[in-house]
Amino acid sequence: MEGADSKPVKVRGRQCCICDKRRAALKRPKTLEQICRECFYEVFEEEIHQVIVQNQLFKPGERIAIGASGGKDSTVLAYVLSELNRRHNYGLDLFLLSVDEGITGYRDDSLETVKRNEIQYRLPLKIVSYKDLYGWTMDEIVKMIGLKNNCTFCGVFRRQALDRGAALLKVDKLATGHNADDIAETVLLNILRGDIARLSRCTSIVTGEDGPIPRCKPFKYTYEKEIVMYAYFKRLDYFSTECIYSPNAYRGFAREFIKDLERMRPRAILDIIQSGEDFRISTSTKMPEQGTCERCGYISSQKWCKACVLLEGLNRGLPKLGIGRSRGLNNDHTKGAKESNGTKSFESKQCGTLDF
Amino acid sequence: MAGSGSFGISSAPGHYNIGGLELLCDSVKVHNVKVELQNGAEKLTMKDLLGWVRTNLIKERPEMFMKGDTVRPGVLVLVNDCDWELSGQLDTTLEEKDVVVFISTLHGG
Repeated sequence: MEGADSKPVKVRGRQCCICDKRRAALKRPKTLEQICRECFYEVFEEEIHQVIVQNQLFKPGERIAIGASGGKDSTVLAYVLSELNRRHNYGLDLFLLSVDEGITGYRDDSLETVKRNEIQYRLPLKIVSYKDLYGWTMDEIVKMIGLKNNCTFCGVFRRQALDRGAALLKVDKLATGHNADDIAETVLLNILRGDIARLSRCTSIVTGEDGPIPRCKPFKYTYEKEIVMYAYFKRLDYFSTECIYSPNAYRGFAREFIKDLERMRPRAILDIIQSGEDFRISTSTKMPEQGTCERCGYISSQKWCKACVLLEGLNRGLPKLGIGRSRGLNNDHTKGAKESNGTKSFESKQCGTLDF
Repeated sequence: MAGSGSFGISSAPGHYNIGGLELLCDSVKVHNVKVELQNGAEKLTMKDLLGWVRTNLIKERPEMFMKGDTVRPGVLVLVNDCDWELSGQLDTTLEEKDVVVFISTLHGG
């Protein structure tokens, strides 16, 4: 509120600084512009379109899965992508892809939202479940291992589940709703963990191009505030409850820190992303080598992929396997020349809702 | 508003709506409230309202809603569907039948 302090607070009728006709409805964090709803819809959608075009996120004729949790980001992503696909003739076949982790009172409710989105946006929906893929629901896993490392299981399993769902849908790419705030937060977390491998990856707008299904983040430069405002003004149907199993402490701190910075200087979010992008990894840093899991064939830098190690632990009644520093089955494998920086970080990852 | 996770209040009888934050007030999403002016005050401000909400509506974990004398960063506030950053945030004055919406962005997407 630059210099407005002394004036009486009669500011409700400010005009939109783009059209100069309608009443402003929000202040854009990215530009500090005060704009009306209609102009907001336009710049919001147009910026995402530009990001898609400039980064060549999609090619005509591609089949694209949208990772849909029922939350605000993926709901807005599904809405905006289907809108842009029509408007700009992207020529894409869009699908909703959801993961059912098997969390009663949380995922079952949010999946109802995704099922409504399927009808509202007329996008085919595929749901893959942990129970079907791994034989365990998160409820069962938590019953066995408690609330300590459950987010590790969930994060590792979700990543693979999305890939497997994408393979079933035979899509070319997976689009996720990660927004600028999420990415800034992840940059900070990766710095705090010294996770160089992820630090360099987490700001990429497209990842996994060497893997089976590349992923992209059309909201990389989109502020969370604008996504929420968009969903609110458009009255989009989304689900907003914290996962019942996620204490999320470490990420929570980073998240609050980002929001504090944003309040003081909204550009900070884009600047952190920029910083993450500009870090260069020195050639002497050993990066994990990409291979495939001997058991299931999924990409892995170890003999067994993380999901197989965790599952082995669950099925043998040794849920600690794959958690923490001792690396169980892969121990011998990581000794010596293959010692890597990138593999420890999974264990310390607090919550897997955001996987990069 | 199904599932949008907003929490709203309206004053006198105002209407205040809370997003995701309804979990802090017995899962009630929309509250029609009458907020008495503090002794001698001419107008109700958002600052007054926040204090009132904290005392009268929030049943648990007030730190999820407020930090210091304002909302916690990450909680969006709209007064009559307008971003409160345009109306002076805490200094925004409220009138009868105003609608205030709080939306939390701090949960997973």
